[in-house]
Amino acid sequence: MEVGKLIARWPVLRQAAERDPLGRGKAVQSRRTERLRPRTDGAQHVVKSVCPYCAVGCGQLVYIRDGKVDQIEGDPDSPISRGRLCPKGAASKSLVTSPLRLDKVKYRRPYGTGWEELPLEDAMEMIADRVIETRRSTWEDADEQGNRLARTMGIAMLGGATLDNEENYLIKKLAMGLGIVQVENQARI
Amino acid sequence: MGSNMAENHPVGFQWVMEARLKGARVIHVDPRFTRTSAAANLFVSIRAGTDIAFLGGVVNYILENERWFDEYVKHYTNAPVIIDERFKDTEDLDGFFSGFDPEARVYDTSTWHYSGLPVQETAGERSKGGTKGEQSGHGAQAGQFVHGEPPEEDPTLQHPRCVFQLLRKHFRRYTPELVSRVCGCTKEQFLEVAEALCENSGRERTSAIVYSVGWTQHTVGVQYIRTAAIVQLLLGNIGRPGGGIVALRGHASIQGSTDMATLYNILPGYMPMPHAKQDTDLATYIDNHSSTIGWWGHLDAFFTSQLKAFWGEHATKENDFCFDYLPRINADHSTYQTAFDMLDGKVTGFFLLGENPGVGSSHAKLQRLALASLDWLVVRDLYEIESASFWKDAPELETGELETEKIGTEVFLMPAAAHVEKDGAFTNTQRLLQWHFKALEPEGDRRSELWFMYHLGRKLREKLADSDDPRDKPLLELAWQYATSGPYEDPSADQVLREINGVGPDGSALGTYADLKSDGSTASGCWLYVGSYADEENKPARKVPGQEQDWIAKKWGWAWPLNRRILYNRASADPEGKPWSERKKLVWWDTAQKKWVGADNPDFQEEKPPTYVPPNGARAENAIAGDHPFILQSDGRGWLFAAAGLMDGPMPTHYEPHESPFSNPLYSQRSNPTRQLFARRENPYNPAESDAYPYVVWTYRLTEHHTAGGMTRTLPYLAELQPEFFCEVSPELADERELEHGGWATIVTARTAIEARVLVTERMKPLVVDGRKVHHVGVPYHWGTRGLTTGDSGNDLFPVALDPNVHIQEVKAATCDIRPGRRPRGKALTELVASYPRTVGDEA
Amino acid sequence: MKPGDGVETYEAEAQPRLGFFTDTSVCIGCKACEVACKEWNLVPEDGLAWTGHSYDNTGELNANTWRHVAFIEQQAPDPIKQGKQDFRWLMESDVCKHCTHAGCLDVCPTGAIFRTEFGTVVIQDDVCNGCGYCVTACPFGVIGKRERAAASSPAGAGRTSGQSPDVLQTAVASDGLGAITKRELGGDGGMHKCTLCYDRLQNGMEPACAKACPTDSIQFGPLDELVERARERCGDLVEAGVSEARLYLADENDGIGGAGAFFLLLDEPEVYGLPPQPIVPTKNLGTIWGAAAVAAGALAVGVAAAFLRGEE
Repeated sequence: MEVGKLIARWPVLRQAAERDPLGRGKAVQSRRTERLRPRTDGAQHVVKSVCPYCAVGCGQLVYIRDGKVDQIEGDPDSPISRGRLCPKGAASKSLVTSPLRLDKVKYRRPYGTGWEELPLEDAMEMIADRVIETRRSTWEDADEQGNRLARTMGIAMLGGATLDNEENYLIKKLAMGLGIVQVENQARI
Repeated sequence: MGSNMAENHPVGFQWVMEARLKGARVIHVDPRFTRTSAAANLFVSIRAGTDIAFLGGVVNYILENERWFDEYVKHYTNAPVIIDERFKDTEDLDGFFSGFDPEARVYDTSTWHYSGLPVQETAGERSKGGTKGEQSGHGAQAGQFVHGEPPEEDPTLQHPRCVFQLLRKHFRRYTPELVSRVCGCTKEQFLEVAEALCENSGRERTSAIVYSVGWTQHTVGVQYIRTAAIVQLLLGNIGRPGGGIVALRGHASIQGSTDMATLYNILPGYMPMPHAKQDTDLATYIDNHSSTIGWWGHLDAFFTSQLKAFWGEHATKENDFCFDYLPRINADHSTYQTAFDMLDGKVTGFFLLGENPGVGSSHAKLQRLALASLDWLVVRDLYEIESASFWKDAPELETGELETEKIGTEVFLMPAAAHVEKDGAFTNTQRLLQWHFKALEPEGDRRSELWFMYHLGRKLREKLADSDDPRDKPLLELAWQYATSGPYEDPSADQVLREINGVGPDGSALGTYADLKSDGSTASGCWLYVGSYADEENKPARKVPGQEQDWIAKKWGWAWPLNRRILYNRASADPEGKPWSERKKLVWWDTAQKKWVGADNPDFQEEKPPTYVPPNGARAENAIAGDHPFILQSDGRGWLFAAAGLMDGPMPTHYEPHESPFSNPLYSQRSNPTRQLFARRENPYNPAESDAYPYVVWTYRLTEHHTAGGMTRTLPYLAELQPEFFCEVSPELADERELEHGGWATIVTARTAIEARVLVTERMKPLVVDGRKVHHVGVPYHWGTRGLTTGDSGNDLFPVALDPNVHIQEVKAATCDIRPGRRPRGKALTELVASYPRTVGDEA
Repeated sequence: MKPGDGVETYEAEAQPRLGFFTDTSVCIGCKACEVACKEWNLVPEDGLAWTGHSYDNTGELNANTWRHVAFIEQQAPDPIKQGKQDFRWLMESDVCKHCTHAGCLDVCPTGAIFRTEFGTVVIQDDVCNGCGYCVTACPFGVIGKRERAAASSPAGAGRTSGQSPDVLQTAVASDGLGAITKRELGGDGGMHKCTLCYDRLQNGMEPACAKACPTDSIQFGPLDELVERARERCGDLVEAGVSEARLYLADENDGIGGAGAFFLLLDEPEVYGLPPQPIVPTKNLGTIWGAAAVAAGALAVGVAAAFLRGEE
């Protein structure tokens, strides 16, 4: 900054010039303060969402800036929540942006003492192989009386209450195709 | 009751606070003074596990003081129906209903039926085959009516075997004195609540009852809710604005996951999973589970459409629409049974999809031991949760019960996408589907479950593509074609929703489940969700601002069924179709237009007049009379008496929790005789009425955390608000056991001992029950070995003792001991627990 | 309510005075205000210490806590009128009062603290040099210093978690720091307090805490409207038998000239940890020139340094 301009911003001069002799108001605003805007102003887009915690289903607005989640707050349009959030809902941005969040597959081999890295594609292959093998080795065609069972009791699934309806539907559908009956979620608990 | 709404559903609670400001009276009945109690007009403390006694007292108060809503009760409930003469009540049989088989510990429910009906096979009879309630998809078959009305009725409600009189007799002993004796509240407190409910019900006013897992997590949990249903039906509070029984659920889409049936006993839309013995082919399945009367009369259309959605072109009339591709159930395959099967090596592979049983399930220690018995485990979550890391940090490593090097479980821990990283809908606690839009792509290996399931399925199908094994056909012929997009080939959630909604013969999206056909010409993943994609529009994604709509806000999301916001709302009008009152009108019969109109979509056939009488031979919805609002019930009425569908009785009865310091003041039968126990060494129970476990203990949640803590203990802003595991005790109990406020306590049950910081608070008050003082120990259950704040898990204390209808665990009432100081470490911990008495199985 | 000292410097640009009315009679103690504030203002976590003081593990307002919910468990003063409850649990969300006569503003020697055009009192992070005069000038103990020493551990001492501080550091710092707002994490050595979301006000947005508050216990708006609403609400409560309901800091004749953030309380202020008769400490200095002179004399060098830093 040029020296002249710098001097012009010297509080004492501004206090006089801006009629703020006590330096309690306008005259002491820094440039940063003068330029201050809510950071959501810089959002590339705002996306309507729903809180992922409890089942009240509060509306959320997700602000995206520089390709990242920059802010999540209540959606005033929601007739359910009217823009309000509880502490958990208000912490949603932390939930999705936390550095503690997993971002790579972790693998623990049988009897292993630590996590190992595993490429996602390899993990998918290995899981598919496990499913095929366990399904084959535990398949039940019929009960003792010859009643059809057509299932595996060797594989089970638990979870779904935190997931989308569509995800639950695909879980159930795939399980039915595989003959997995032990499909459960938090609703049981 | 059974809900801590202000703490666990704070934003929903804004409506309660707003109602309170407008003059509504808020009453909280709970063992513990919570933030909900603080915001209520009246708080009544009752002993954990005694809500049926309290509500049964309300039923008795209504009946003895003639406070029921007469017209509603006579027309809309089964009060006038006469019950089988063989029926015997718990009052006759000292705590048992007729039909109990003491060997199998199940009821033959045939004597609970409507009188004059041919005996039909019911869920209860099926259970004689050695299974328990596993097909409780819908329980609406009281039998097969011929004329749309039960055969024997007494509209004057005087017949000694009519439901109304049976109810009166059943609850006669639930006097204010008995309520006080069992629950530990004062007679005056009880009377104030009972009178408040009666005063605030009727034509001009309605009362709502809110419950949560404080009711469901008992060995008589279903009957808790049944008791509330009886109260609300007697007072005319169902199907009306401001009324109802409001179930507050704790997870974003726990309603949707129930609807979509990630539960072993049902298929999407509450259709039963086929049973190996009974459901041998499609026709038999339909015959077993459909109803002559009511909407379940269309089960054939709902079911075949679902099979078409699953197996597409491969599902044909000739092959029973691939009915035989569905795996069969023949026992309890619920999650607790599965845990035992893991221990026994029967279940060797496990997927955990956003769930943390190593902290969140009852007897969490058993869950961890079960995980350690697996061959392979796939955990998909946002964070590294205890159920993924048990092999390196389970508390059992410290006691020597587990050793890392000896745990053979292969673990795949996979990062999941968060809600902002995927499209999809949650179904909230009031059946409202709300779409959330993808805001950005997930980073790294993070993927949605939609991605995972689709690609796993694709991979499996590719690997088995050449198989000619008939066992692989259900997988290979599955309709598994989904459009993908984006850098990770994410399948389209919108397309999946459209499949769930269903399509007609011309391939266009269906608008109503009434259009589903049983001939294979329609396909629909879930009949209840038909209409969610009507007119080819993703209805859950509608976001017309609430402020631009009326209070019903029909254009915000979409509620099942058919965007009806209040179920059974035909009951908001009188039998003639007129609103009960101007103040409480919602839908009514418009005589000029000859249809039901109003603010909400009518939950009734739109053009069926109130005077409609079903002709002989009418079926399904056409067999429901114009003045019977409960269109899913086989007689169109609300059931004060559940003639079928329940395992443990047609009317609720007070039983003590499985672990209780008290005997049952009403009957010599102490606990629910049909409760589900597991006689296993790994699942010891505290002996009942044992001096070693003198205190009542239960688990609960705090506003600042979410269930097993995976989504909150990991966040600094939440962890700092409740940074440590604590237990809550009264000053009297602290004195009795020398517990120091701010110090440590060790809580002991037959399962284990855990330590917690001690919060001594006046909010916990001992109660005098049956002349004896009883103390409560309150245990929030959010903690585990990981996250920013760590601590012992409250759920480690509790046994596996389940409700017989729904297999939900009793963690809302058990017994314990509490001692000052921290728990022992290492082997000394197991030794301490071993020094306490225990039983295996049921001694009652 | 009178305008806050210093707002006259905005002349025609001055806006209607904005503030908070916190109605504790509908507070459910959920702490959404605390979290929403931190998420928006990127305030660091304030320590993972369990206090055992009811459900309050926050303790007090300070540099890293700008909203604090107090929990008071007590025997009801008048059981009959409390609907026969003999016990009650009071909750109150506390915040900077944005005083009409603000001691912090009076004593700030660097011009870091200023009165905004909305009548609120804000510390400018880029100007503040952390001298701490404002701390003693605040009768409510609102302001605190974000210690520089804590740079490697913004969560502060006394934590109970096993996580390494750097993990927590990143946890907070990852919140997309923009060039517009500046919040030095892990301790900038400066003083911090509620800004009444001065940045959000620029766009007519409601402060984060008030927006989140599920039960509307925290109400935001033009102060005059809030005072009117609060008087009505208080009157209704007293009429309904809650005789101990009272407004706190809504009187412009009190020791701070009334506040921009005032409260409806259900008991004496002391019960909530609030001073019963707060007085701005600079009141006794006679004129504000005195205070300014004292401060300026002592810290002339510091002022210049701070000014230059703020203009960088």
